[in-house]
Amino acid sequence: MVVQALKDQGVDTVFGYPGGAVLPIYDEIFQQNDIRHILVRHEQGAVHAAEGYARSTGKPGVALVTSGPGATNAVTGLTDALMDSIPIIVLTGQVPTFMIGSDAFQEADTVGITRPCTKHNWLVKETDQLAATLHEAFHVATAGRPGPVLIDIPKDVQFATGKYAPPKPSTSHYQPRLKGDMEEITELVAAMETAKRPIFYTGGGVINSGPAASQLLRELVDATGFPITSTLMGLGAYPASGKNWLGMLGMHGLYEANLAMHDCDLMINIGARFDDRITGRIDAFSPKSIKAHIDIDPSSINKVIKADIPIVGDVAHVLEDILKVWKSRGRKTNAEAVAKWMGVIDGWRSKNCLAYTNSETSIKPQYALERLEALTKDRKDRFICTEVGQHQMWAAQFLGFEDPNHWMTSGGLGTMGYGFPASIGVQMAHPDALVINVAGEASWLMNMQELGTAAQYRLPVKQFILNNERLGMVRQWQELLHGERYSHSWSEALPDFVKLAEAFGAKGILCKDPADLDDAIMEMIEYDGPVIFDCLVEKHENCFPMIPSGKAHNEMLLGEAETQGVIDAKGSILV
Amino acid sequence: MSALHIKKGASKHSAYNLRPTFSDVMERHTLAVLVENEPGVLARVIGLFSGRGYNIESLTVAEVDHTGHLSRITIVTTGTPQVIEQIKAQLGRIVPVHDVHDLTVEGASVERELAMLKVIGEGDKRVEALRLADIFRANVVDSTLNSFVFEITGAPEKIDAFADLMRPLGLSEIARTGVAALLRGD
Repeated sequence: MVVQALKDQGVDTVFGYPGGAVLPIYDEIFQQNDIRHILVRHEQGAVHAAEGYARSTGKPGVALVTSGPGATNAVTGLTDALMDSIPIIVLTGQVPTFMIGSDAFQEADTVGITRPCTKHNWLVKETDQLAATLHEAFHVATAGRPGPVLIDIPKDVQFATGKYAPPKPSTSHYQPRLKGDMEEITELVAAMETAKRPIFYTGGGVINSGPAASQLLRELVDATGFPITSTLMGLGAYPASGKNWLGMLGMHGLYEANLAMHDCDLMINIGARFDDRITGRIDAFSPKSIKAHIDIDPSSINKVIKADIPIVGDVAHVLEDILKVWKSRGRKTNAEAVAKWMGVIDGWRSKNCLAYTNSETSIKPQYALERLEALTKDRKDRFICTEVGQHQMWAAQFLGFEDPNHWMTSGGLGTMGYGFPASIGVQMAHPDALVINVAGEASWLMNMQELGTAAQYRLPVKQFILNNERLGMVRQWQELLHGERYSHSWSEALPDFVKLAEAFGAKGILCKDPADLDDAIMEMIEYDGPVIFDCLVEKHENCFPMIPSGKAHNEMLLGEAETQGVIDAKGSILV
Repeated sequence: MSALHIKKGASKHSAYNLRPTFSDVMERHTLAVLVENEPGVLARVIGLFSGRGYNIESLTVAEVDHTGHLSRITIVTTGTPQVIEQIKAQLGRIVPVHDVHDLTVEGASVERELAMLKVIGEGDKRVEALRLADIFRANVVDSTLNSFVFEITGAPEKIDAFADLMRPLGLSEIARTGVAALLRGD
């Protein structure tokens, strides 16, 4: 019944790991060919792979794990998906209903443990409820602000036969509102017509809303000529090559993007949530602007920053209405002032905030990513995943994204170990695509067991490891905040990544000379199979620009300036 | 969206005021939350309050619609206007929550709580306890030669006042139900 429900929901791939409490479902999987099951090497990997699948396709990802440790291992992935609003369905086995509560072998209170890290979860105790619950789970995961859901299925319920009902349009009361309030939308359009220093600030909500939202966003940005910046999660909604693109904003965002946010007079937040990585010091955040906030989740509005024009609705629906109203009122903007504003922004841009000192002897991580970008940007089928840390920020700064759903990264939770399994999920969804995971060596080691998965299914995922033998971001913070006492932030006893790759039947490439880099990257791209690219980079490079904790947007640090003592005691308690 | 009780038309006219003034003044609000009566729903509500650091002054829950499988949770909470708005929005986000009403802003409401108090004493104290109980319209639901159990219903402040008076007269135990509340009128 479970497998039938998955098929009826259009699922083609399930990431999972078997165990005692899910054997009946695995038995069904064995006896059919419509759904591919990908055997991961750890349940966390299954959930991240499902996230990668979901993020790169716009369809919900599915993971299947056993009870007890299988479920607890899934918790990190669930939390990650909750923070980044990724629709995934996790099925967990459970001990038989009559044994629940008896501390049975591999029993855990799965719905209790995962209640705060799922959008919703269910324990199905009656077989007749199973089909309806599965269908409802797909509805809840994808409706409104997407998120992870979990269904806990006791083993006796899996064995029993019950009535199966195919999916039908959801009749549940959970029907989030999609259309925005026309009065508020009109107010926003009126503000857009007169704004002298407007800016679009977009987030993952644009991607989650679907391809139509990105299309409408592009139309609106190009028609109004307003500058646009985006959060980490929103990269790709507006093309990096677009003429109004300012680059990413936030703690490691671009100078021009952050200063434009600080000095604007109209901020139009589309599907972003004023995360603390974006706002910096709240009381100094864009003090002079009117703030419009479009979000499908009413709890995002006024949570952190007071919205002057709040619009609850789906991004695509709201953008469509904004365009309609704006056009019907005569496509007005304060063009002269906006042109002047763009001039101011160009002044900031000329600072060239991503500048770094290159080296002929060692590979700078920024250079490695510049070369990766140069050698792969023409491929429309390029998908980038990342782990978490300096490399993630450099990837966001130096790689350009032209389309939505081509950038998979752990934003809200910041999960080291996300990228490798996510790249497996992306590659499963796009078998012929070029899937690259930009990684740091420490993050990558956190889920390195998935090399077995990549090798087994011959998934040509490219693991581009910027190896500085350090927890680079931790090291950077220790340098700035903790008197250069580098407590446990170096990677001792690293493996020989080339030999490690070969041990799993994958290809390993080592590169440490900038002169060899291009050839090595091409070798990686051209190899048909999984590759570990061990790129030995400069060990003490810091990631700039940076807004230190507790500082405002206009107090950014640029480059290798004197950085000691810039974070005061109050800021140092922030992370 | 119905679960959030945001009315059609301008959201600023809804019970969910999306344009609050951020203020530091602590307010006390009574929220009525209509939820699907399913396992774990109370844990979701309580987990939201503990997980996000909100206050619960009182919480009562019981099924109110057997055929519709609905329960009503009445929560008394305190916070700044911004926090109260967040609490309502976060409650509305919980999938089995059907409706959130802020009785404090939606109009005049009546709040009642039931309490039982055990008072142990002899002689004059016992007579005085009984006399005060009469004034507060508390009922005696159990009596021995040296103790009473009083049942009292009323606004929480009335129960506080009654308990304060009983304390010197031998109050030994008190059990309170927490607040139940309804909007006045139709």
